Amino acid sequence: MRPAGRGERDSLYFTYPTFEAPSGAARAGLTGRAPVVIVGAGPVGMLAALELARHGIASVLLEARDTFNDGSRAICVARQSFRILESVGAVAPFLDKALGWTTGRSFYRGRQVLEFAMPDSADEKYRPMYNIQQQFIEQYLWEAISRSPLIEMRWCSRVTGIADITGGLRLTVEDTQEGYAMEADWVIAADGARSPVRSLRGLRLAGQNFEGRYVIADVQMRHDYPTIRRALFDPDCRRGGTVLVHRQPDDIWRIDYQLAEGESEAEALREERVRASVAALLAELGHEGPWELEWWSVYSANTLALEDYRDGRVFFAGDSAHIVPIFGVRGLNNGLADAQNIGWKLARVLQGRAGAALLDSYSPERRGATLDVFANATRSARFMTPPGPGWALMRDAALNLALSHPFAGELANPRQMTPYTYADSPVVLPDDPGFDGGPVPGAVLPDAALEGGFLSERLGPGFTLVTCAPALAEAMAGEVEAVLIPPGSGAALLLRAGPRSAYLVRPDGHIAARVHDATAEDIRTALALSGCARQGEPA
Amino acid sequence: MSPADLEAVYEDLAETLDAMTEAQRPVFLAKLALLMAEALGDAGAVRGYIAAAVQNLDA
Repeated sequence: MRPAGRGERDSLYFTYPTFEAPSGAARAGLTGRAPVVIVGAGPVGMLAALELARHGIASVLLEARDTFNDGSRAICVARQSFRILESVGAVAPFLDKALGWTTGRSFYRGRQVLEFAMPDSADEKYRPMYNIQQQFIEQYLWEAISRSPLIEMRWCSRVTGIADITGGLRLTVEDTQEGYAMEADWVIAADGARSPVRSLRGLRLAGQNFEGRYVIADVQMRHDYPTIRRALFDPDCRRGGTVLVHRQPDDIWRIDYQLAEGESEAEALREERVRASVAALLAELGHEGPWELEWWSVYSANTLALEDYRDGRVFFAGDSAHIVPIFGVRGLNNGLADAQNIGWKLARVLQGRAGAALLDSYSPERRGATLDVFANATRSARFMTPPGPGWALMRDAALNLALSHPFAGELANPRQMTPYTYADSPVVLPDDPGFDGGPVPGAVLPDAALEGGFLSERLGPGFTLVTCAPALAEAMAGEVEAVLIPPGSGAALLLRAGPRSAYLVRPDGHIAARVHDATAEDIRTALALSGCARQGEPA
Repeated sequence: MSPADLEAVYEDLAETLDAMTEAQRPVFLAKLALLMAEALGDAGAVRGYIAAAVQNLDA
């Protein structure tokens, strides 16, 4: 929502483009068959299209709206998401615009009780977290899409029907000119929390609704504070509540505050009410200068997911598959990882390089990541919004104790998560007990400084062999790309790699397998199992 | 801990609890529980004491 007198797209800092449905000659091709149709051009749908294009697969992207997101919404983009953006060639404008951060501070009744730093080092190419408004995320992904000849974008295009046909799907689409039908081999539904595709397939999200509801409000102001996330527990301006403050680019500040008990959503969303809440908070923060209200919205802390992210030839990604509380900042970040995961797998199946079994690994891997978020976010949500009197008492006791004893402040640490490890995936191999520590199969390959750059930059679009053994790399030439790391280097130490050790890394940067004393035959076996190498079955 | 030591702790707790408001009492006791749990350094033992303290509350 925006202040009275301003339209939905009258932003203080962002100029909304207006897109139109396909017109003229472009309409002749609307009913052709596409290998992949992606429904929804939010960050998740756009990333899916870019990931498919990275592997040479064409897609059609259908979006019901005629422009980008109405507000800043998902603003925290994690390190792993920056790696994903880099892999699809879209990271440059994000690096220019986004504000990187590592530190969070928590306050109890105005006094600091915790300062935490997320892990960061010279071995990391990207910072643990970046703040950037969702409109910019969509704009920059859209710019990358515009450069790709493999992606056909159709704005103002709503999917109104989706039916199974032999070997594919038949979609009914309505745009501003007419309705038409088209076919696809596969569909990725990235059409958001209220996913029309999910409804058309007769599927429902299952899980829990938490009591806590938050207003999110953006204000523009000159405010002198570094990019540090602040959490205010029980502040004077909102006794019994919790307030979060985030800095965003263009002098925009995000203020999240919990609705008071018994306060109705309609009342909390009234402009005067939002202004009064913001003014009281800014007074408490010591901000004396002018400020302008930009945009506001409301959300609740839910943990909801589909039982299976796959329904025949339809894959659900992002909010259409899972709703997570925002405290773990995993909604957007996990959505991007969903898109990358299904993207490379569909590409390999469509190219005939992998059997259809590879696609069966999508739901267990990505739903596992969601359940992991639920466990973590539930923990955070219970601290931010205690679900009962016992939870409230212990939270207050911990914060009060933290004023004198820092150990208790750690209970307020949100422990923003690292990417999920696919430990139980059908396409990740068991660990080799020969390793003494280091990252396990299923985990994201950690980054490391390497020869003036970073290990992550050397990973290819396909599977990559990371090894200290030149002879092994040579023996596998033509079968898999290899990155040689010098024995004893920082990267080798991080991976606990001996002279003949090898890591097989998937197109999404996760470790498929590792072998401490590897032969070419070991790597061939791992490649076949983790990539579901095709053995004559139809994709 | 001798019976006299335990008695001294008992009295100190009683007097401390009497010197605060009713609203402060549960917060104080919860703080104390967290402090002592940290000092004990044995989560298993603490959880055993939680289970023990819950017994007979409705006696």
